[in-house]
Amino acid sequence: MKTLKPVDVVIAGGGWTGLLMAQEIATRTSLEVVVLERGPNRNLIDYMDGMDEVDHRVHLKMIQDISEETVTHRHSTGNRAVPVRQYGSFLPGTGTGGAGEHWTGYAYRYMPETFRLQSHFAERYDKSQIPEGVDVRDWGITWDDIEPDYYRAEQLMGVGAAAGNLRGKLNPQGNIFEGERQHDFPLPPHKTSYAMTVVEAGAKELGWHPYRPPVATLTDTYTNQYGVSRAGCEYCGYCSRFGCMIGAKAQPSSVLMPILQRQDNFELRNHAWVRRVLHEDGQATGVVYMDEDGEEVTQPADIVVLSGFTVPNIRMLMLSKIGTDYDPQSGRGTLGRRFTQQTGKVRGGPLIVFNEPLNLFMGAGGHAMKVSDFDRDGASDATGTFLRSGNLGYSGGGRPAIGGFNGAPPHPGGRNWGSAWKKHNLDHYDRVISMGGMDAEHLSYRQNFVDLDPTYTDKWGDPLARLTFDFTEHEVRQSDFTAKVLRQLSEATARAGKAKLIDRPYSMPGNGRYSASIYQTTHLQGGTAMGTAPDDSVINTHLQHWDVPNLWVVGASSFPQAGSTNPTLTALAVTYRAADALIDRYLKRPGLVG
Amino acid sequence: MKRREFIQIPAQALGGVLMYTLACEPVRLPVETSASGTLDFELRHFTAAQAHVVQAASARILPSDDSGPGATEAGVVIYIDRQLGGPYGNDSRRYTKGPWKTDGWEGHGYQGKENPREIYAAGIESLGADFASLSEEQQDERLVSIEDSIFFGMLRRHTIEGMFCDPLHGGNADLIGWQMLGFPGPVFSYKDRIETYGTPYRPAPRSLEQIVGHPVKGMEDEDPA
Repeated sequence: MKTLKPVDVVIAGGGWTGLLMAQEIATRTSLEVVVLERGPNRNLIDYMDGMDEVDHRVHLKMIQDISEETVTHRHSTGNRAVPVRQYGSFLPGTGTGGAGEHWTGYAYRYMPETFRLQSHFAERYDKSQIPEGVDVRDWGITWDDIEPDYYRAEQLMGVGAAAGNLRGKLNPQGNIFEGERQHDFPLPPHKTSYAMTVVEAGAKELGWHPYRPPVATLTDTYTNQYGVSRAGCEYCGYCSRFGCMIGAKAQPSSVLMPILQRQDNFELRNHAWVRRVLHEDGQATGVVYMDEDGEEVTQPADIVVLSGFTVPNIRMLMLSKIGTDYDPQSGRGTLGRRFTQQTGKVRGGPLIVFNEPLNLFMGAGGHAMKVSDFDRDGASDATGTFLRSGNLGYSGGGRPAIGGFNGAPPHPGGRNWGSAWKKHNLDHYDRVISMGGMDAEHLSYRQNFVDLDPTYTDKWGDPLARLTFDFTEHEVRQSDFTAKVLRQLSEATARAGKAKLIDRPYSMPGNGRYSASIYQTTHLQGGTAMGTAPDDSVINTHLQHWDVPNLWVVGASSFPQAGSTNPTLTALAVTYRAADALIDRYLKRPGLVG
Repeated sequence: MKRREFIQIPAQALGGVLMYTLACEPVRLPVETSASGTLDFELRHFTAAQAHVVQAASARILPSDDSGPGATEAGVVIYIDRQLGGPYGNDSRRYTKGPWKTDGWEGHGYQGKENPREIYAAGIESLGADFASLSEEQQDERLVSIEDSIFFGMLRRHTIEGMFCDPLHGGNADLIGWQMLGFPGPVFSYKDRIETYGTPYRPAPRSLEQIVGHPVKGMEDEDPA
């Protein structure tokens, strides 16, 4: 065990939000900043050698090693939790850049009403219409507060799309249902694959408003506001689950590290596994971590930033005994409360079989045709009433050989091996597409929370995080609605493309129960929720811990409930807000930023 | 130290394509051609007897037939042998701390203690030591009888992977799987083709090693367990 010389700022977690905090602090102040990242460093050359489906899509090479740390899951407080032994419902990243290296690159904003959902519900619904247990809150910041920070994050990454609502002017090339934006996107939308054009025609036939979603996979060469230049996307198809070898996909290694590497007051330590935040009399004094050799190291610091993935942020505070753990029985405590994923997920469903091959191995993250006509307060129809929804549509991110061969419809003969099946799959190779499920807003509930598992531990012997988490009738209705809409879109797309529709039923992953072992989405949110009242939130709206003012907890764990789109852009926007508060206000007058 | 074991694959099966393989070196396997015209591949995990069962079974999942070559020609058994010999085989990237609870809700995913090596060992035994020498019909009968097992699901999945993986993993020898599909392999840029509609792009496939110009190791090679 050793104790290092103190630094000004220590940041636990070297992904998007941790490195953005580091960039802002290191470039705007003279403070010494150390980032501790438990995974390895990453180089673009590794990514070139990484165009391999087996290592990256089958064995999930870029994802955290689950043997070292996982979570346990149970449906309710009455059950015993079981560890998630292999991935899994979500895929946390590791190494420099974290999940920001292997992500898909969708760079959506949330809907304006998401930030004031509790007020929105009160204005719109009777109490009787709100499902039992719903625990949503206003964030304490509004669309107008966050809009400028959204634009900074879009400029940082070089987001490409057509503006659907630019200062109130609607443009059907973009998402006309998006919140009103003050600036156009830095870049135009992606080039359009054939499959995208057919889905677009199908959606238009239904009277919907298809659009190419905002993407951080550069649609052209781009130089951001910090002078970092990157080449445009080449549509190689090795994107989601892979790192981008030319850095066209915005990833911390290609967007933030070029700036940070030039800073003398910045240091990145890889293979540093933070286990505790040290604190005394309401002040954080540093962190304790294990280094590459397994030695325990104390790093004293004046300011501590937690920027792990959603669950690790919650767990770190619990292990460090900072704040009050949530108790669902008494309703007291805030840490671990309002933990959400995203909903509206479906599996199976109709397949659209084209006559000609589609070159589906080409593509990019976010190379998609989406529809947001239903991303609003829910309709009451045959599927029942639900409150919130999300976007849906077709994603063509690039399908390599194994996934391509497996993309065939089920063999009508029944047997999924042998000569007849092989012929069937070869015959259908590269001709089949299907529609993807929704990223619907998951409401926070009083019964869904995170605490420490009493039985299972990580590689160092620390308790794992335990998710107590299940779906309610509301989430089942969200999925039923997704299935209904996707079926309509599939049928219209088949008509538009003169393609054959092979009908299959939709099912919900876990058949209505939450399953932690079937991939749903990596968009975990909440658990260290922000708010305006210290007894009802973990951090303030500047992501500063209420009880420990020199501790900042950044990332999607700060969201009181899930938004209806991919959360990365929002995580970056609130991190900009946190960095401003820390640099412009806290440093001048240490204490809670009012 | 494990005794050196080999599997012999008739040179005929890998046939004329072998010349191309050697010329372009897309596969790096220790190959010894015996006097009898067979190729000897040194095994990392299986015994020769086990490898023969796996080879025969994978060839019933993806047979060589009039639609193209199958698992034997692609070297699927070599792929599976390497995967099992590497970190995947002994679950080194799976959470394996107890207590174990195997009678819970199936939505919790596979909770068994057995790793892929153990699942294969038991599965191969269940197919019988004589499996490779049976007729195709008899082999299919035995496979049908284990169709719902974890082992069969794994074998089926691995056979597909070994058929269509990059040759750096030991399967898809001479890219025959990709040739059969029409998959080009990794390609740096489709920028000029992404908006070309109605024209299937079907160039002669190239492996990762061929496009980057140096050998690439898979996870099974980086950390042999």
